[in-house]
Amino acid sequence: MEINIKTIEDVKVAELTGDVDASTAPSVTKEVLPLAEPESKILLDMTGVPYMSSAGLRMLLSLYRQVTAKEGKLVLVGLTEDIRDTMSVTGFLDFFTTSETIDEALEILT
Amino acid sequence: MERIDIHPTHTYEGFKLRNGKPFPFGATLVPGGVNFSIFSSQATSCTLVLFKKHDQKPLVEIPFPEEFRIGNVYCMVVFDLDYENLEYGYRMDGPKNFREGHWFDKSKILMDPYAKIIGGRDVWGVTPDWNDIYHHRARIAFDDFDWEDDRPLEIPPSDQVIYEMHVRSFTRHPSSGVKDNHKGTFAGIREKIPYLKELGVNAVELMPIYEFDEFENSRPNPQTGETLYNYWGYSTVGFFAPKAGYAATGKFGMQVDELKSLVKELHKNGIEVILDVVFNHTAEGNEHGPTISFRGIDNKTYYMLTPEGYYYNFSGTGNTLNCNNPVVRGIVLDCLRYWASEYHIDGFRFDLAAILGRDPWGAPLANPPLLESLAFDPILAKCKLIAEAWDAGGLYQVGSFPAYGRWAEWNGKYRDGIRKFLKGDGSVGDAAQRLQGSPDLYAWSGRAPATSINFITAHDGFTMMDLVSYNGKHNEANGENNNDGSNDNDSWNCGWEGPTDDPGINALRHRQIKNAVALLMVSQGVPMILMGDEVGRTQKGNNNTYCHDNDLNWLDWTLLEKNADLFKFFKHCIAFRNAHPVLRNEWHFQNRDYVGSGYADITWHGTQAWNADWSDSCKTLAFMLCGKHAKQGTVEDNYIYVAMNMHWESLWFEIPRLHPGMKWHIFANTGANPAEASWEPGKEPVLENQAALLMGDRSVAILVGK
Repeated sequence: MEINIKTIEDVKVAELTGDVDASTAPSVTKEVLPLAEPESKILLDMTGVPYMSSAGLRMLLSLYRQVTAKEGKLVLVGLTEDIRDTMSVTGFLDFFTTSETIDEALEILT
Repeated sequence: MERIDIHPTHTYEGFKLRNGKPFPFGATLVPGGVNFSIFSSQATSCTLVLFKKHDQKPLVEIPFPEEFRIGNVYCMVVFDLDYENLEYGYRMDGPKNFREGHWFDKSKILMDPYAKIIGGRDVWGVTPDWNDIYHHRARIAFDDFDWEDDRPLEIPPSDQVIYEMHVRSFTRHPSSGVKDNHKGTFAGIREKIPYLKELGVNAVELMPIYEFDEFENSRPNPQTGETLYNYWGYSTVGFFAPKAGYAATGKFGMQVDELKSLVKELHKNGIEVILDVVFNHTAEGNEHGPTISFRGIDNKTYYMLTPEGYYYNFSGTGNTLNCNNPVVRGIVLDCLRYWASEYHIDGFRFDLAAILGRDPWGAPLANPPLLESLAFDPILAKCKLIAEAWDAGGLYQVGSFPAYGRWAEWNGKYRDGIRKFLKGDGSVGDAAQRLQGSPDLYAWSGRAPATSINFITAHDGFTMMDLVSYNGKHNEANGENNNDGSNDNDSWNCGWEGPTDDPGINALRHRQIKNAVALLMVSQGVPMILMGDEVGRTQKGNNNTYCHDNDLNWLDWTLLEKNADLFKFFKHCIAFRNAHPVLRNEWHFQNRDYVGSGYADITWHGTQAWNADWSDSCKTLAFMLCGKHAKQGTVEDNYIYVAMNMHWESLWFEIPRLHPGMKWHIFANTGANPAEASWEPGKEPVLENQAALLMGDRSVAILVGK
């Protein structure tokens, strides 16, 4: 699992590469959670994530809860068809704003 | 402050351990580890067997140290487990003595009866590896679903309309229009919620969804070579786990979230979820069946045994769970509480529930502790409890099931009486009881009309279309020489056995279906319709399709267009019921005017108004409900008049007169051409002739007085 964090204008962009499961979710949490400051704008680029396990999805929802608790915004970008489908039928997708491209996500956030 | 119990006290082959807590039973996530707890009254030792997900060989086998046993419970915390990729089971040692009822066998790996996820049959119909040493694999579930503001709906029983359905059958057919990988799953049902809403039902009753093994007794169909499965699933492998093969995400082990998400979405749309639960027996079968769980853990506690050690078989399927043993009662209660609280389930329908009232030797108990416990349970307090009030051992308790003011019953007498009446064989007196919510069965003991779950068809037996298309069952495809399934169908083929091009016969069949649903929706009590009856689903005359994963069970969605007249009629009748509280009374009729309207709450009529003919040969009946008596006079409703002509000739029915200024409007007349067989509730046209109605042969009319 690789996590690459950069800033585009006032948006914090976290680029994930690799599977997110019980073994990698804690490191994602550790790196991404500190981005959740008051009114922060976070873009999670998941184009390079081929698989998310149950633990991975829980990590995402937990992150969402913490970002929104601080009046922030979170957008997920580049979900694969499989991950999107899994999130949809398990109800996780209902919570998130998603977009196909980074540009589109930046527009939503700014 | 840091807890002390996050620190291990023991180690075994590198795994860190400490003594666990006996409650709750099963595997529970605790700080730093997993608490494993399992009961056995006779085991002499117990070993926890851990697997990495899907592995054939165990990761480790950890014997419970003797100091970790409390009473008859083995409990232990194992630290630092990758619980998302873990499968676990147990080995138990103890006496092996058939006559004494002990089946301990340390060579077998046993599944936790409290497993919340069960792996091994992750995707429906994928042939298992028969050499696997552990087939049904206990896994650990997350119990942190985000329900937001959802909770069970608590719709009053009198206002319910139940739709009985099979998860896989509902959307498996290629014509279902749901996404390919959602066909036949919980996700597929979710896609079809708009359909259920349009139909107007407010509860779905799901045929068994607890993990079962579709490969139990699977075999090739002697006619076609196609595999015959345990398709319906009335044979539980694990009572706490949803069937993985019913989830689009079963391959990822996410069936728990998928099912919860379905329940949440149904609730958002005002639809309750009732589970058909099977506590009368398990998938372990008789002496020749597999050892999965209970048999190897504590055979004598869990099953009813003859003095020689054989399994009593009141279920007709091999074994009978010993439900009134306090330990077994405990697991049943734990199970239902879990589904009510963890899954927000609204109610339960108990398969062959009469068994739950038998003592360990099979005799019916006067005050069965399990039924009493369920009725008074604080967590189940608002859940619907519905009994199939008979069992395969011959105990028939419709009208006498121990109810404790809570239990409703599948009313088999409603089914039989209305079926006979519809084909012109029944007694009008019996039909009158059924239409009123069976006061003959329930009023005397103070039980409400909603005690009666009214149904004409259910999964077990003919579909509605087959009820009017076949005189006899045609179960050859089951490979049992047509010997299985009920012979007692009260069906009538309308003049030709099976499908026909004869327009007259087909019109009569559609009319009979409309007659049936019209009566169902104007009956007091809770109506239940069978999936697909609203579009004329056929099982080609098979009245016991328990083993077919094919067109015999799958709902063909092209019927929605083909039989659009039926769907419209069902939809209108359900909407009509929902619009009229006088059809949904909370107490039985008193046959008198107790609100001063000038009319009794219910009055009976025949071809002459005010003069019903109760003789044996009579095939006509009519009744009027006074709207001022709706819900015992607490709400105002219209007057409703229902005329039933089950004669083969057309007959004039004289209509009772209304108060001056009121007029009869026509909501439904199954004898009219299909376009005018029913009207949208609220838009019923005024009846031209207010004094009499010409009723076609075998037809039902419903009028609204306003």
